[in-house]
Amino acid sequence: MLWETIKLAVQSILRNPMRSFLTILGVVIGVAAVIAMVTVGNGSSAQVTTDVESLGANLLTLRPGQDRMGPGSDQGGAARPFDLDDIDRILDQIGAISVAVPTGSQTIVAVFEGENYQTTVTGTQNGYFEAKDWALSAGRLFSSSEESGKTACIIGQTVREELMGSADPIGRKIRIDNLNCTVVGLLEAKGANTFGQDQDDTVIMPFKTFARRIAGSTDVSSITLSVRDGYSTDRAIDDLTNLMREIRRIQPGDDDDFSIRDTEQLANMLGSVTSVLTGLLSAVAAVSLLVGGIGIMNIMLVSVTERTREIGIRMAVGAQASQVLLQFLVEAIVLSALGGVIGIALGLAMGAIGSSMLNVPFIPDPGTIALAFGFSAVVGIVFGYFPARAAARLDPIEALRH
Amino acid sequence: MDSNGPIVRLTDITRVYGKGEAELRALDGVSFDIHRGEFVSIMGPSGSGKSTTMNVLGCLDSPTSGQYLFNGVEVAGLDRDQRALLRRHYLGFIFQGYNLLPRTTALQNVELPLIYKGMGRDEREARALAALDKVGLAARAHHDPSALSGGQQQRVAIARALVGDPEVILADEPTGNLDTKRSVEIMELMVELNRAEGITIVMVTHEDDMAAFGSRLIWMVDGKVESDKAIERAA
Repeated sequence: MLWETIKLAVQSILRNPMRSFLTILGVVIGVAAVIAMVTVGNGSSAQVTTDVESLGANLLTLRPGQDRMGPGSDQGGAARPFDLDDIDRILDQIGAISVAVPTGSQTIVAVFEGENYQTTVTGTQNGYFEAKDWALSAGRLFSSSEESGKTACIIGQTVREELMGSADPIGRKIRIDNLNCTVVGLLEAKGANTFGQDQDDTVIMPFKTFARRIAGSTDVSSITLSVRDGYSTDRAIDDLTNLMREIRRIQPGDDDDFSIRDTEQLANMLGSVTSVLTGLLSAVAAVSLLVGGIGIMNIMLVSVTERTREIGIRMAVGAQASQVLLQFLVEAIVLSALGGVIGIALGLAMGAIGSSMLNVPFIPDPGTIALAFGFSAVVGIVFGYFPARAAARLDPIEALRH
Repeated sequence: MDSNGPIVRLTDITRVYGKGEAELRALDGVSFDIHRGEFVSIMGPSGSGKSTTMNVLGCLDSPTSGQYLFNGVEVAGLDRDQRALLRRHYLGFIFQGYNLLPRTTALQNVELPLIYKGMGRDEREARALAALDKVGLAARAHHDPSALSGGQQQRVAIARALVGDPEVILADEPTGNLDTKRSVEIMELMVELNRAEGITIVMVTHEDDMAAFGSRLIWMVDGKVESDKAIERAA
């Protein structure tokens, strides 16, 4: 009988395809919105994780001053910079740190055969590439004589394109400030980071060269560190904090005058922002699903009124109240489940388009799909029950006279 | 069940609508028996209670008081669902306005009572086709009611009424919407069913010519039976 009822429901839905479509439109949109939101949200989360990993695994950055917002945040400028001795002591005393290199950056115009291009020039050491997990696509790292103060540079893909197009940059000289700098290496493309900054827009030169010839001081404005595989990042941060407090003679109870940032923390923070946003948007979408359910109830109520005579005929030929109730209830459930299925298909399509537009991976979530389908069926039951009961309660004589 | 007694026995049936000042006694002590194989025509002026009588006979309505024995079983006190079962298994209905489901083929319309009998699809279709054949519409099985003439629609309705092998067919002004020629065709079909299939027929009409197709005429006035007599069959 139930199967028979489902077939009857499908027949009755197909008898009026336009109205059936409009009835389920609300549920279709609601389900599609939820699925699309969650799919794009998942993709974004995954993208954030990949992006942060591309910054380099187990990467720590040590900066002078406190990394905080609001009043007093300018104290960073007042805090003492580091020096090269600090780096030696870190490598010497903390076994968990595999790489510690100084970094300093300035924005400078690079010139090559009449082409000008403003880029970020960073002074650092070979360990920087290891810490950032960044390989060369051509050329070599700095030699030891270059590291001790000669001019040489390694450039990113963007700088190469801007200055010399697709030509081989190795051995060419570019002018940075008043330095004539031989290009010894070309970095692999890394793309934009999480903040949309082009990581390939960079020129890297030995730290000592940068300090003497560009910055004019050997102060170290930040230190890039890498935690050895298999060691706890949290432990390494604790050890580093203690050592830096000791080096910088900070009294117990006083605040640190430096800050340590790690990529894992960044990943967690960005991930939680993404999931809050996804949750919020999904909640809005869920409300539209509810509105869709009310739409179904509305049409089903109208349908009961319109089909009063049909109900009377069915009762006259022997349908019991419970069978009429079941018929209308099943009709509502089939309608909203159909809406759910169409919505899921539409949502996945929208999710796929959205993901490719935002350049994030397309990750459909089976749990959400099952939930959306279940929810749309429940919408059918809840909002179909009231009209169905109204139909079942009709008096057959009145219904036939209608 | 008592297959030798009357199929229908009404004893002092009343049906009262409303209360107090607004009280309306639609039926005021109606008593009669209907025997198997009879073709009873009920006539009377409007408001005489003939439709209410049909509703009570068809178990669409419960009498306020009195006894209604169907096949020897008391049905006046049955609840809605029990009355639905009685309609499903023993009764067939024919209405003045045909009451076919729109946008539903003749075949599906005729199948409807069988669905509620829980019959499988193949058997249902075979029986519905056979019923349509009896009313001469097998060729129109897949037409929508809207594509059929009034007379054809009423014949589909007759097929629907007889498809479940009912004991009694109740016809409420079955020719009320038809011209004389179609009316006579419908009446001849009903007489045929009555004679060949042995189906008991109770028909309400206000046309003398149609009533004359029956074997017995009950005349009602003011909720009471005024006369009840056998008639010489026209055929």
